[in-house]
Amino acid sequence: MIPTPPVDLRPVGPELALAGTGIVVLLAGAFLPRIRPAVLLGVSLAGLAVAALASLSLWGWEGPLTVLGGSVAVDRFGVVVRLTLVATGAVGLLLGHHYLQRSGEGRFEFYALLSFATFGMTLIAVAADLIVVFLALEVLSLSLYVLTGFSRRVGSAEAAVKYFLLGAFSSAFFLFGVAMAYGATGSTKLGTIARALAGRTEGTELAVVALGLLAVGFAFKVSAAPFHTWTPDVYQGAPTAVTAFMSAATKVAAFAALMRVLNVALQPLAWEWRPVIWALAAISVAVGSVLAIAQSDVKRLLAYSSVAHAGFVLTGLVAAGQDGIAAGLFYLVAYAAMVLGAFGVVMLVSSRGERHTDLASYAGLSRRSPLLAGLLAVFLFSLAGIPPAAGFVAKVGVFRAAVDAGAWPLALIGVVGSVVAAFYYLRVVVLMFMEEPSEQGRVPVEPDPTAMPRVVVAVLAAVTLVLGVFPGPLIGLLQGAGVLRW
Amino acid sequence: MPWLTLLVFLPLAGIPPLLLWRRATDAQAKALTLGVMLADLGVALAVLAVFDEGRAGYQLVERAPWVRQIGLSYLVGVDGFSIWLVVLTAFMFPIALLAEWDLGYRVRMFMVLSLLLETVVLGSFVALDLLLFFLFFEALLAPMFLLIGVWGSGRRVYASVKFTLYTMLGSAFILVAILYLWFQTSRQFGEGSFDLRQMEQLSLGLAEQRWLFLAFFVGLAVKVPIFPLHTWLPDAHTEAPTKGSVVLAALLLKAGPYGMLRFNLDLFPEAARVFAEEIGVLAVIGIVYGAIVAMMQTDVKRLVAYSSVSHMGFVILGIFTLTPEGMSGAVMQMLNHGLSTGLLFLVIGMVYARTHTREMDRLGGVGQVTPLLAGAFLVATLSSIGLPGLNNFVGEFLVILGAFRAQPWLAAAAVTGIVLGAIYMLWAYQRTFHGPVAERFRDLRDLAPRELAVALPVVAAMLAIGVYPRPVLDRINPTSEGVVRWVRSVEVGQAGLPGGIRARLQPEYRPPAGLHPSPGEEAS
Repeated sequence: MIPTPPVDLRPVGPELALAGTGIVVLLAGAFLPRIRPAVLLGVSLAGLAVAALASLSLWGWEGPLTVLGGSVAVDRFGVVVRLTLVATGAVGLLLGHHYLQRSGEGRFEFYALLSFATFGMTLIAVAADLIVVFLALEVLSLSLYVLTGFSRRVGSAEAAVKYFLLGAFSSAFFLFGVAMAYGATGSTKLGTIARALAGRTEGTELAVVALGLLAVGFAFKVSAAPFHTWTPDVYQGAPTAVTAFMSAATKVAAFAALMRVLNVALQPLAWEWRPVIWALAAISVAVGSVLAIAQSDVKRLLAYSSVAHAGFVLTGLVAAGQDGIAAGLFYLVAYAAMVLGAFGVVMLVSSRGERHTDLASYAGLSRRSPLLAGLLAVFLFSLAGIPPAAGFVAKVGVFRAAVDAGAWPLALIGVVGSVVAAFYYLRVVVLMFMEEPSEQGRVPVEPDPTAMPRVVVAVLAAVTLVLGVFPGPLIGLLQGAGVLRW
Repeated sequence: MPWLTLLVFLPLAGIPPLLLWRRATDAQAKALTLGVMLADLGVALAVLAVFDEGRAGYQLVERAPWVRQIGLSYLVGVDGFSIWLVVLTAFMFPIALLAEWDLGYRVRMFMVLSLLLETVVLGSFVALDLLLFFLFFEALLAPMFLLIGVWGSGRRVYASVKFTLYTMLGSAFILVAILYLWFQTSRQFGEGSFDLRQMEQLSLGLAEQRWLFLAFFVGLAVKVPIFPLHTWLPDAHTEAPTKGSVVLAALLLKAGPYGMLRFNLDLFPEAARVFAEEIGVLAVIGIVYGAIVAMMQTDVKRLVAYSSVSHMGFVILGIFTLTPEGMSGAVMQMLNHGLSTGLLFLVIGMVYARTHTREMDRLGGVGQVTPLLAGAFLVATLSSIGLPGLNNFVGEFLVILGAFRAQPWLAAAAVTGIVLGAIYMLWAYQRTFHGPVAERFRDLRDLAPRELAVALPVVAAMLAIGVYPRPVLDRINPTSEGVVRWVRSVEVGQAGLPGGIRARLQPEYRPPAGLHPSPGEEAS
């Protein structure tokens, strides 16, 4: 008999919980056709709660740094990112459940796919092996492709196909990068790659090529320019609730993996990758901020703004190491809250399905629904980086990290970019508060009056403001979590 | 007693009742807001009372760590420069609110934004932590944007967006400069901090200092505004509602020069001496240019807006004479401009409420039917052109005096601004209030008691300062002298400021113990 080494599954508890939930929901949906969607929602939320508890229990982990043959890392960074993702997933479930019920497109697969997507995202955040990173990337991407096409509208299907084709393309780049990294160092484990590269002064060409290919793969996922071209179409075509989840969670997960790959595996190549990240950050901020100005659809506008925000997170990453990671993580948490909230309001304003996402529908919103207009204003001011919202603290954090690393020109590009970006956020506020609805023969839309999604969005606004005024505890926590060891 | 914290955050206390008390009538909401603002004025007067007039350094300093992880602290204090701006702010807010008493739509939101605005304006005048200052400074944008955009007139949306973007662009440079300074404190003292008093002790290279000076200067110059960065001002001031114009003119314009006094001179004295003359030239161009453009206006509100460009030129000129007289005069002028331009906007608001026009040619002769209104405008006009016995005279005189000591030809050029000012202001008064009265204005009401309550306190303050400016100057002078001594203690071309000069000039200041090994202590 072959002796099997004892396997401790606690470090992947959250992933098991999420994948298990997905399977349970699938089976339940297949064998119990009459099951009520609310039950599936409950089961999925319970799965997320278990995952959250399982990750919390790893906070004081004192075992080995990596488990399962070095493929999964156990650290506080992973705990923090998982918790963020689980919270994002919960909001996504609640909004999506409501969206589908209201539009009459509810099917049980939604709950399963969202659980699987969250599973892939938490896995990518703790993956310590490039192969596992790739697997997780595929799990989350495939789930998201389907979710994007979940609605029966043509636009939704078109967006899904576009996302799939471009996504598959970028996965190929990523996989090729993994192969190159293996060729350069003889391993796909992040720690081993780092050790192999450390102290090497020549013969790193292959590793630099790997770096470039991996960067392309990640840049696609976080929608950093110039790899962002799918973003506006997919964000616009996907059901709004899915867009909300996707925009927040994908960024958090992919950035977490990028941070780990850069700061662990490629840490010895920091001098090579910092200019790459620098350039990506500058281009993203510029492209995202400028192109958003020309948009007339609020979902496309937020899509371009997400490109700019990817640039801001990258600005923090230019500062290699703990400070940059902590600043980037704070930005991601703040961004997740803001963007979920903003899309949440968009969903409510659409009332049902995907109508009225053009900016003109927002004219005079403050009269029709002062609450929604006020909430959206909070999110927009926060996205624009105007205090006292979380976006301000987040921006100061990443710029500070960049200046600290000597990249003050990048910080300057960032702040000027924020001013340009402020223009289009303000434009929406102008429409909502300062203009009257121009209803040319159109029946004014009454926003969705349901209480539940409103409460969710209001909670997100509260989070945005609290993180803006009392960011200290979270920053402290993240600075503790920003240490990546191997 | 944490006077300054109470002062800054008291207005916020009015917001929850406004939001929660849903059945409040408009009048009740207004009364509640006014009550809160008057209470805050009381606190401001208490601050003035406990302020020790003979001292140069920061007083009533309160410090609490806020976001320790990034070195942001809640650090507030007042000195001779900020004390008067604080009092002016607390004074003008309730008055401007009274002026908007007839407001008929979205009253509750207006009140909430006004209270929010009062907190952030006060906060930016007392913050001694650079990031805290910046936070307040940026937080101004959201309420101001909405105030102009929702309640303004005519091209309000254009004006509000322009105002916000100009200001944000300016502060972008300030933010990078602040972060750079933070980076230097973390290099030199071992722990990053945004504390102004610690940043004063940084050693900075010559080029470094000058670039940082320019970054701050450009950012603040947009706010002042200094020619050629002034183009947002006429739009914003003209389109804003009366309350917005008063807050903009009387208070927000002061954030620029105040920031220069506080940051540019304190942190980069060498660069201040290098650039003083060029800035003086820009200031004089602003004085003359603003006056000439004001002369051409037909809209009386726009005329006053351009006159602000001219008057703020005097403030900047005074600051960069780098003489105690010029600097004290500049601070006086900040206060005076707040009062007299504030009153002008208030009176114009009253005229507009009656006639629904601001075109001077159409107004002509209104003074015959509304003598009190005309009288209030006349007092503000006379004050604005520097009639002795009214407030502006003192400040302008000091500024010119300082300018003569520094650069006689700049002073000579600046004086033409005073002459031009007299021309356009008196002309405006004549065109608005004198001449044959139009038939449709025959039965305009004169000032109501509420409007008198708006105008009289401002007139009283102007007279008081004009006749007996000493109590004001006594509190400003020690600080001006301290700052001038500090700036002049550094020679042009002297690189790497010796840390701790400031501490020796102001012996009462000790760096907080245990925070970092003070460079001053290391030297001794």
